[in-house]
Formats: sequence, C-alpha cells, structure tokens
Amino acid sequence: MSKITSLADLKKRREELKAGLDVRIKALDPESIVQVKVSMATCGIASGAKTIMDFFLEQLDRRNVAAVVTQTGCMGYCYAEPTIEVKLPGQEPVVFGFVDLKRADQIIEKYMKTGELVDGIIPVNYQTIDLKE
Amino acid sequence: MKTLALNILDISQNSIRAMADEISIGITESSEKDLYQIVIEDNGKGMPPDILKNVTDPFVTTRTKRRMGLGLALLKYHAELTGGNIEVISEEGKGTQVKAVMSLKHIDRQPLGDITGVIRILVAGNQGINFIYRHITDAGEYRFSSEETKKYLEVDRLYDADLLDSICAMINENLLELKVSGLELKAEAL
Repeated sequence: MSKITSLADLKKRREELKAGLDVRIKALDPESIVQVKVSMATCGIASGAKTIMDFFLEQLDRRNVAAVVTQTGCMGYCYAEPTIEVKLPGQEPVVFGFVDLKRADQIIEKYMKTGELVDGIIPVNYQTIDLKE
Repeated sequence: MKTLALNILDISQNSIRAMADEISIGITESSEKDLYQIVIEDNGKGMPPDILKNVTDPFVTTRTKRRMGLGLALLKYHAELTGGNIEVISEEGKGTQVKAVMSLKHIDRQPLGDITGVIRILVAGNQGINFIYRHITDAGEYRFSSEETKKYLEVDRLYDADLLDSICAMINENLLELKVSGLELKAEAL
C-alpha cells in the first residue's frame, strides 16, 4: 500500500475501500445496532480504557457487528475501570467492569453475538455515593 | 498517565462534557527555546470564576458522581516536574483554554505517546465535534481537522475501521516528517 500523506491520498484510499464502506454505513441506525459506551475519565484512561476503545473501534467493524462506539465520562465505577456500557437493540444497557482485552473479546463473541452473559457485570442496584451540596 | 497523549485525551473529555462542538489541540515543540507547549481549546460552556480559581485542586470538580477531578491536577504535576506550569483561561458561554508549558529537554518530561490513537478515539467516539490537531516543530507544521476531512471525503462520519486506519497512517506519516519527539507508533504502523 502506498503512503498516505495528504487528504488527496486519503480520498484515493477511500475510493479503494468504498465497496465495503457503503454496506456498513447503511446499518448505522442507533436503535437497531449495538451501542457501546467506553468510560473515558481520568480513572478509566489511567486503567487502560484507550486500549479497550481502540479494540472495540477496530474489532466490531472487522467482525461485522453493527455497532456504534462512543466515549463517555465517568460512570461512577472508578473501582472497576475500565468500564463499558453495552446496549443491545431493544434491551436494557449492561455495564461491564474490569474490561481487559480478553473480556472485551468475550463481550463481542458471547454477549453481542449470542446474548450470553459474561463475567464482570456491575449490578444495576450498585449505587455510587451521590453527594449533594 | 504514562504519556502526554493520555493527558490530552483526559483534558479533551472535560471539553466534551462542556458541550463543545469544536476542540482544538495544539502542540508546539522548539529545541532552540527548550519549549514543549500543549494548548487545548474549546468553545464549550466555560467555567464560573469560583470553579476556575481552584481548577487544578484535585478535590474541585463539577461532577456529582464523585468529588474528585484529577485530570488538570495530573497535567499540572507533569508540567511542574519539568519546571513548567499550566494556565487555564475560561469564560462562561465562550469556552476554555488549557495551556501547559514544559521543558522539551527535561528528563522528566513525559513522551508524547500514541497521539494518533488518541485523535482516532476522539474523532470516532464524538462524531458531532470538530477536532483540530496542530503540531509545530522546528521542521514545520501539520494540521488535521476532522470536519475538513469529512467534507473532503464527502462522508458524514469517520467511523469505518479501514478509513480510521488510513487517517492514522496519514497523521503518522506527517508527524514522522516533522520529527515529532516521543511519538509512539502502533506496531502495524511501523
């Protein structure tokens, strides 16, 4: 592959990739696809959330899972970082904690593809300390 | 935080929370002046003066989920290790500017790290925000804008993994050309 140094090179490269792109872009209606939020506050970043977000951005596309990955702030589970929230279409969101690459792989292969729950779920009744003025 | 790129990712998260739709990340390095300067600017909602006054205090935050905000405190710490400092200017309704000045040659200055990966995450994870990344070295200047790239490529989103890989390759090539110090490239980009 030739070097890409300018937007013109990038456009040329995109033309080469275009056939594959169109199919995937059509599937990006937020309600009908998997939504992944990666917690990216200081606690998350320091615990490796960047690696996890990189993994999901890359692998969901490569494994043909129709999904949108976004970054979010602190979800309040600092003790369990990196944490991610996964919402399958038509289901309640589930938060996974202590997500490393192995667990991220399991989340894609088991939870996203078959709906099977995997280890690391933070219960919905877990409460963070919500201090008020 | 082991690299400056991770600090930049962290501070950018503040701008995203402040509802900015344009975030500009500028890095200037000059070996002649022994200067390493990072400026992160946004057009978000800004901060009231009472928060701004104590903004680098780790126990000051606008969050209610937890009462600590370590992002700016950590950047300040890393800047001070090199004899530098940070400056935060903010105006309500207009935006915020965070400027960190460090010594380029100081042994305790963190390496830049995977800045391209950070740009990738910011752009892919926040499609409605225009990210502008500017890097100036003694060898020249490079500028990337996510909105300009979208317009040029005539796409609504920069999301596809192959396209993002190509964008990272483009940024990396330009940064290598500029001889950016402390740049970390992912294995496949080498």
